[in-house]
Amino acid sequence: MMDTKPALLSVRGLSIGFATEEGPIRVVEDVSFAVAAGETMGLVGESGCGKSVTAQTIMRLLPSPPSRIEAGSITFDGQDLAQADEPAMRKIRGDKIAMIFQEPMTSLNPTMTIGEQIGEALLLHRGLKARDAKPKVLDMLIQVGIGRPEKRYAQYPHELSGGLRQRVMIAMALICGPKLLIADEPTTALDVTIQAQILELMKALQRESQIATLLITHDLGVVEEMCDHVVVMYAGRIAEKAAAKELFAHARHPYTAGLLAAAPRNAKRGQTLVTIPGTVPPPGKRGQGCSFAERCVRALPRCRQDVPPLTGDSHLAACWNPVP
Amino acid sequence: MTGRPLLAAENLVKHYKARDGGGLARAVDGVSLTLRKGETLGIVGESGCGKSTLARLVLRLIEPTSGRVLLDGEDIRALKPGVLRKRRRDMQIVFQDPFASLDPRMSVARIIAEPLDIHGVGSPQERQRKVEDLLLMVGLDRSALGRYPHEFSGGQRQRIGIARAIALEPKLLVLDEPVSALDVSIQSQILNLLIDLKSRLDLSYIFISHDLSVVEHVSDRVLVMYLGRIVEEGTATQVLRQPRHPYTEALVSAVPGAKKGPRIVLKGDPPSPEAVPAGCRFHPRCPKVMEICRHTSPLSVAVGGSARVECHLYGPEAQVG
Repeated sequence: MMDTKPALLSVRGLSIGFATEEGPIRVVEDVSFAVAAGETMGLVGESGCGKSVTAQTIMRLLPSPPSRIEAGSITFDGQDLAQADEPAMRKIRGDKIAMIFQEPMTSLNPTMTIGEQIGEALLLHRGLKARDAKPKVLDMLIQVGIGRPEKRYAQYPHELSGGLRQRVMIAMALICGPKLLIADEPTTALDVTIQAQILELMKALQRESQIATLLITHDLGVVEEMCDHVVVMYAGRIAEKAAAKELFAHARHPYTAGLLAAAPRNAKRGQTLVTIPGTVPPPGKRGQGCSFAERCVRALPRCRQDVPPLTGDSHLAACWNPVP
Repeated sequence: MTGRPLLAAENLVKHYKARDGGGLARAVDGVSLTLRKGETLGIVGESGCGKSTLARLVLRLIEPTSGRVLLDGEDIRALKPGVLRKRRRDMQIVFQDPFASLDPRMSVARIIAEPLDIHGVGSPQERQRKVEDLLLMVGLDRSALGRYPHEFSGGQRQRIGIARAIALEPKLLVLDEPVSALDVSIQSQILNLLIDLKSRLDLSYIFISHDLSVVEHVSDRVLVMYLGRIVEEGTATQVLRQPRHPYTEALVSAVPGAKKGPRIVLKGDPPSPEAVPAGCRFHPRCPKVMEICRHTSPLSVAVGGSARVECHLYGPEAQVG
């Protein structure tokens, strides 16, 4: 295995289904990965690949029904979250595991001040009184690089810019000193210079706190910059799993290789870009065999019949005919 | 390089009343540009820099506060409504969000035929043939004709939007973040389509994007906007590989990925167009700020070839010392 440090979070054989009008469908199938303290694991893939569903299932944020964990375990700090009930999850969320989302405006409460929102977790998880929480909240605002913390404490989300709101989200997530941070597209809605600020902030905070991070993104540049290990998902399954450096140096799965080649930054100016023909098959229409086979330039007859297992030593790929 | 440009904007200004009623929001604050025939002009900048307002001014979808737009040498602001309508055929726009810009109640055939109907192009039979040709041209087929936008993926909808935009055989296409809502594997399909159509149909593009690698890939020349002004312009390689303006430098170094050198992290957010700073409008965030920048606006200076920079580091004052 590639994990040398003991895993803080260990997802094994996770399958997630949804009840729909057309019957049950599998959206995530047999996903396994582990994240150790101080490490950043990237979960990448395009729309509909199952990366966000996986992250939200770890936090047990998806209503059940319609969603259902159909198989597998989610071991966090010795406890199987897949079996945990809602009261147990409430104790963990915002305390040991925190999450930040793409769009801070929709995840912040518009009727509460910034200070109250950040302090709320301290009241809930640490039993502090509001006045005792305040100095900790002000400290946190400074830690996430928000100037004039006293003023910001009393402001409402709509009074802040997108970048500041994302800093507030990070402050909220970190206020209880979580062991695991799940960041779902944390910089996707931000301008590039503000994105750079937030990425630098996340790196600095991680150096100080040894927090484990699960970073969900579609942006390979963000992965390359931030992640130690990467899981590439396609149509609900893991296509490839490797140390980030190895993945970028030598992608083995044709899907990963295609994604890397399709990015204009890796192409000659004005030349025809490498494309991956077609589109991702929706859940329920993934057929037998490898879900990528229909779009794959390296597909063999076997690929359309049997699902390829995830194989390899430290660099794993689910492919019958990997890139040599 | 010979002859007049296809499009020229001269000192375009668009001021809005500020939201508080008192002051002005200077969305576009004195922008001049030229687009030569067959060229792709990239415009980059962050939210609120005025790039989308500029696009709408160029197409006269909104009226400028002052300044002129010349299409083929003709001032489009001086055109009578009837003539303007005819000239609009020459300039079309493709929007970022194919979900929002296609009428969900119209079939694909009607969406693409609409501009042809409005401008009364050809007979009904000819129009129908034309719609089918357009579909093929953008990589879709006849089976799409009777279907509705919600039945298509994001990339396919963007193809429909492009088919509609090229229906009237325009000379100029303004592409406003045309691939920003798409996944990487689909993005490259659409970029290839746009590059291919440009040479097949003899088009010229204004390509607006916040994604520097996309802009570099498609553009001949690039303009960088900050708070309503062009702060740097030049060939795509000049601007994005050897940036001169401190803002462009920061923008280029902010792109996530493997480290190429130390990153320049700008402090704070861009100021609002309602509160444009005195002097150089970038000075409160500029890592290379000098005394002069705080009170004197820099002039745009030529820095070799067609490249220009609006920064005191390159002004005559800087070369004295």
